[in-house]
Amino acid sequence: MADIASLPFEPEVQSTRTFRHVLNVIVRDPLSLASTIVIILFILTAIFAYQIAPYPLEGAGKPDVSQRMEAPSTEHPFGTDRLGRDMLSRVIIGARPALIVPFGVVFFAILIGAPLGAIAAYKGGRVDEVIMRTTDLFLAFPSLLLAMAITAALGRGLQNAAIALVISWWPWYTRLVHGVTLSLRERYFIEAAQATGVRDSVIVLRHILPNTISPILVQATVDLGTVILAMGGLGFLGLGTQPPFPDWGLMVSEGREFILNQWWISTFPGLAIFVVVLVFNLLGDTLRDIFDPRQYR
Amino acid sequence: MLRKLEYVLRRLLTAFFVLIGVSIITFLLARVVPSDPAVLYIGPKARADELAKVREQLGLDKPLPVQYAIYMRDLLHGDLGISIGTKRPVLQEILDRAPATLELLLTGMFLAVLVGIPLGVLSARWQGRPLDTGVRTISIIGVSVPAFFLGLILQIIFFRNLHWLPLTGRVNSDLRFTNPIQTITNFYLIDTLLTSNWVGFKDTVYHLILPAITLAAYPIGLIARMTRAAMLEVMEQDYIRTARAYGIKEVIITYFYALKNAISPTLTVIGLTVAFALTGTFFVEIIFNWPGLGEFTVRSLLNIDYPAIMGITLYGATAYVILNLVVDLLQAWIDPRISLK
Repeated sequence: MADIASLPFEPEVQSTRTFRHVLNVIVRDPLSLASTIVIILFILTAIFAYQIAPYPLEGAGKPDVSQRMEAPSTEHPFGTDRLGRDMLSRVIIGARPALIVPFGVVFFAILIGAPLGAIAAYKGGRVDEVIMRTTDLFLAFPSLLLAMAITAALGRGLQNAAIALVISWWPWYTRLVHGVTLSLRERYFIEAAQATGVRDSVIVLRHILPNTISPILVQATVDLGTVILAMGGLGFLGLGTQPPFPDWGLMVSEGREFILNQWWISTFPGLAIFVVVLVFNLLGDTLRDIFDPRQYR
Repeated sequence: MLRKLEYVLRRLLTAFFVLIGVSIITFLLARVVPSDPAVLYIGPKARADELAKVREQLGLDKPLPVQYAIYMRDLLHGDLGISIGTKRPVLQEILDRAPATLELLLTGMFLAVLVGIPLGVLSARWQGRPLDTGVRTISIIGVSVPAFFLGLILQIIFFRNLHWLPLTGRVNSDLRFTNPIQTITNFYLIDTLLTSNWVGFKDTVYHLILPAITLAAYPIGLIARMTRAAMLEVMEQDYIRTARAYGIKEVIITYFYALKNAISPTLTVIGLTVAFALTGTFFVEIIFNWPGLGEFTVRSLLNIDYPAIMGITLYGATAYVILNLVVDLLQAWIDPRISLK
C-alpha cells in the first residue's frame, strides 16, 4: 500500500536469482501457491470467458424473461437476475473487464510513474522539485475520490474509468521509484557508468530502471488488488462498464434491492471481487515478505 | 524548541501550498468536462442567446486564469457555486449532510482503532501461534472485502436471519413521533445524550452498528497489520531485552514500553485509512440508506453536476490534507526525533 514507498529497499539481489527464489518460496508456502493458482484460474476464465460461460449470450446481456430471478439450481448454479440472465455466465464474462482493465491500469501507471520517479531522483534539483511536488498534489486527494471525479468529468464508461484510475495511481510509482533510485544513485556501478561517460538517458534506462523492477512488481501485485477493488467501486456507482454488459460492481448494485429475497444476484459478483482481491493481497504479502523481510514477518 | 516551531511552520506552509494545488486541479477537472457547462445548467433545449447569457453569468467567456481567480475569490467567501441538480448552494448541501457522514466516519474509525491496535499487539505478542494466524486472517479479509459487499452480507445475517439489527437508515422512522430527536449538533449520538433521549440514543446506536462495522473492516485490517509489524520491530530492540532482564512482567513490557514506541507508524496508517474511509462512507451510506454525503455524491457524479462534484472533491482533499498535517504534527510531538530531520 502507500506505506511501502517510504521504506528503505535493498535492491541487492540479482534479478535472475530473485525470480527463482520467489518461485521457490511461493511453491513451498501452501497459501501463496493456492493464491497463485486461483489468480491463474481467474485470468484463464477472463481470457476464455465466452468459451467457458454456459450461456454466453445471456452473459453478455441478452435478457430471457421466461426465467426471471430464479434461485440457484443445477441449470443455473448462481441463479438468474432481474432480466432472467444466467448469473454464472454474467460473473464469468464480467471477469474480463474486472481483471483485464486493472492489469492495464497498473501497467500504464507504472509506465508513466516509474520513469518520472527515476528522472527526478537521478537529475535532482529543479526537475526533482517539479516532478515530486506534482506527485504530492495528486497524492493529496484520496485516490478513489479523485478517480470518481475524473470519471464523471470524462463521462462514465469502462475506458474513462480506466483512464481515471491511471491518473490517480501513477504518483505512487513515481514516489516508489524515486526512493529506490536515490539509493541506487550512490552505488558504485552507477558512478562507474558516469565516470566512463555514459549518457544520462542511457544510465536511467539501462542501469537504474531495470534495478527498480523488483520493488515495482511487489507494489504492482498489491496494487492490482486495490485497483480491482476501486474498479468494482466505480462499477457499483454506475461509472464503469455500462449495461447490458456485465460488471461485477454494477451487478452487486443491481441486486441490492432484492438482497433480502433474491440474495444470489448481489452475492456472487460481490464474492468474485472479494476472492480476487484476497488472492492478490495474499500473494502481494508473500512477495513483500521476500523483498522486504523487515516490514512484515 | 525553536526547531520544533520551525518544523510546525514548515509543515503548515507545505499544507497551504498543497491546498492551493488541490484547488487548481479541482478547477481544471471541471473545465475538462466534455459537455458545455452552460448546457448542463439550462438543459439541452436552450436557445443560443440564453446560453450566451448563462455563460456570461458563470464567467465561462473569460480566459482560464481569470476564471480561476474568480473561482478562488468565491471559494474564499465560502461560495462553492450552485448545484445543478438541487439548485441550492453546494456548500449548504455539503454542510447539511456532513454531520451524518462524519458521525458514521468517526464511529467507524473509533471502532477500527479500538479493535485494530489490540489485535495487532496480541498478534505480535503471540507471533506464530494460532492467535496470530487468526488476526492475520481477519486483517487480510478486512482489506480485501469490498465495503458494498460486506454491508449486504451483514444485512442478510443480522437483519434477515437474526432480526437483531435494523436494515437501513439513521433512526427508526417511528421515532419522529415517539421520541423526536432535537437536533443541536446533528450528531445524533451527542444530541440524544444532551437531551437525555435514551430511547433515541439506543435507536441511534442500533442503527450505527452495521454501517460502522462495514466501514471499519478495511481500517481494522490495516491498523492491525501495521501495529503488529511495528510491535515486532520494537520488541527486538535492546531496551526491551534490558527490561526483560530486569524481570519486568511481559504484560507491562508489551503494553507499556513497547506499544509506546510502536504507536508512531500506526498513527501514519490511521491517517491514511481515514482518507480511505472518507470515500468508503459513500459506499456504506448507499448500502444503508444513510442520509449523508454519499447519495448526494453519487447523484452528482452520474448527472455531471460539476459544481457539486468540485465541492465534494475539494471537501475530501482538504479533509485529507488537514488530517495528514495533524498526524505529522502529532508524530513530531510523540517522537521528537522527527522534527530534527
